Amino acid sequence: MSADSNDGLSRRGFLAISAATLGGVMLAPGIRLIEIAGARAPEQAVSGQVRWGLLIDTNKCAPGCDDCVKACATENGIKATGHPRTDAQWIRKVELKDMRTGRAHSAPVMCQHCEHPPCVDVCPTGASFKRADGIVLVDRHICIGCRYCMMACPYKARSIVFEEVTNQNPDVPRGKGCVEGCTLCVHRIDREQQPACVEACTKAGHNAMIFGDLNDPQSDIAQRVAKYASTQIRADLRLNPGVRYQGL
Amino acid sequence: MAESLIYRELGGTGRRYWTLLALLAVPLTLGAVAYFYVEHYGHIVTGMDNQIVWGMPHVFAVFLVVAATGALNIAVAASVFGKTLYRPVAALSALVSLALLVGGLALLMLDLGRSDRMIVAITQLNSESIFALRVIFYDGFMLSVGVYLWFLLERRMNRYVKPAAIVAFLWQLLLITTTGLEFGFNFREVYDSVLYAPMFIAFSSAYGTAVFVLILFAVCGWEERPVSDELLRRLKKLLGISVGASLFFAVLFLGSKYELARSRDVARFLLFDGGVYTALLWLGQLAIGGIMPLALLLRSQVSRAALAAACVLVVLGGLAQMYVTLIGGQAYPQILFPGMIESSSFFDGEIHPYTPSLPEVLLGIGGIALAASIIAIALRALALLPTRLDQPAKPQA
Repeated sequence: MSADSNDGLSRRGFLAISAATLGGVMLAPGIRLIEIAGARAPEQAVSGQVRWGLLIDTNKCAPGCDDCVKACATENGIKATGHPRTDAQWIRKVELKDMRTGRAHSAPVMCQHCEHPPCVDVCPTGASFKRADGIVLVDRHICIGCRYCMMACPYKARSIVFEEVTNQNPDVPRGKGCVEGCTLCVHRIDREQQPACVEACTKAGHNAMIFGDLNDPQSDIAQRVAKYASTQIRADLRLNPGVRYQGL
Repeated sequence: MAESLIYRELGGTGRRYWTLLALLAVPLTLGAVAYFYVEHYGHIVTGMDNQIVWGMPHVFAVFLVVAATGALNIAVAASVFGKTLYRPVAALSALVSLALLVGGLALLMLDLGRSDRMIVAITQLNSESIFALRVIFYDGFMLSVGVYLWFLLERRMNRYVKPAAIVAFLWQLLLITTTGLEFGFNFREVYDSVLYAPMFIAFSSAYGTAVFVLILFAVCGWEERPVSDELLRRLKKLLGISVGASLFFAVLFLGSKYELARSRDVARFLLFDGGVYTALLWLGQLAIGGIMPLALLLRSQVSRAALAAACVLVVLGGLAQMYVTLIGGQAYPQILFPGMIESSSFFDGEIHPYTPSLPEVLLGIGGIALAASIIAIALRALALLPTRLDQPAKPQA
């Protein structure tokens, strides 16, 4: 090999390889981000491509069963204080009876994680906020306890903490004077687990609650919503809740 | 003539003034103690719960805010609409307006679940929130009324009084309209009506005028500053029109709620089945706060005692109205499933009980005492009111 030609080739080759490497280094993270946007790793920010939701079949919801309510209380460290009117309730079983037909059934009701949440609209500090994946939360660090969100919520889904809270669950900090509500067990979702209420309902064999990504056509919840009729509570308000019901 | 009027501070270094301040210090101190008590133990020591989240402090606070906007009407009539008869009392009108607003806002802030984080409401202002916008409306109102008062008092700025008054008038309109709409845009059954906007404008004019006249009587009685019959006749007329308008809108609101099938149940609750709320509506808001003062004011010859009595009745009726609107509005259950009977461990489908606790009432009265103290101190420090209010007035503009 001639030293000259070798030198010339290696220089061109070197430049080409350098350019390709540099381009690769610059473009790859972007390509990688696009690739993983649909399937988030735990350390990465939540994505707006996901819309977490619940589908609740009231036909399967057994009257008198409150496994979901108990599971929520255990998971989130909500204890009865002996003052039921001031106790927080993130989820409750509403017993329903049709005024005309007399048909009775029950439905678990919690924060409906609206697409257009009135609580977020009215919150003066931005403590009430909606995550990119549709979960509506309260930032306890900046909640001033004005209760405006409680006045604005048409689902009566929020509670304010009236007394000091002891023995809290470290995953779910709570504090006197702050407003709170169902987080859809966001700490579990971020660990790729189901919300506690859904897990309890499944464990009891009722399977009345399905959790999943409403935006993912392959998910069970999206397929059921697409196939069967489902309703939203107070759909007339056009808040587009992420919690849907069957059998109402 | 307005030019020949001598404006004076509240006179005397005597014991009377200090006794007045000492008397005002009692409810102020009790209010402060009540605040720290609730702040320490949490809202568990109030009558509020997770169904009725705004209690007695809000009743007093919203009354004060609504009266504050209405109390400015006299200044607006003088400086925007050229009613020269009101010019000598325009500064008092602005002062009463500012003092009532400060009292009301103080209550709103002291009743927060985390009042220690008050500053967060400024540092973390959510610009998209209706509630946060109200912070701007309150500040703007205070600023515009403050500037108007300054221009009124500062001779060099007198020529800018009218533009300043117009700005204050626009803020007044904005503030009271949005206060009404704050209820009207709420999804709760009792609210949910745009009539709240004009209704609250009428309420504010009635409550604000009544409070203003009572303070005018108190100040002029205190130092024997004579007040002309003509001024009182005008104020009587303004109060009469405002009370009449309040009654008209209240009847229109209740009637429209009853007439529409979807809101008939809640109208029945307010009008017939609501217990304390029904009693306060008929007896407090409509009879004591509307029909009785109107009967007093509609007579051709109204004595000063009758005018003062009408004002007291309007204030009492106003507090009753706020209780019915605020507490009654929350006591009526939120309907999640129309056409169904609802029940739950969270008291769905029930009329919620509420009994105000002593600390709540003391805090509310403390807010009123704060407004009264501001007026007493400002009148002592600033020459806001003429020594005589019985001078012949200039022809009306």
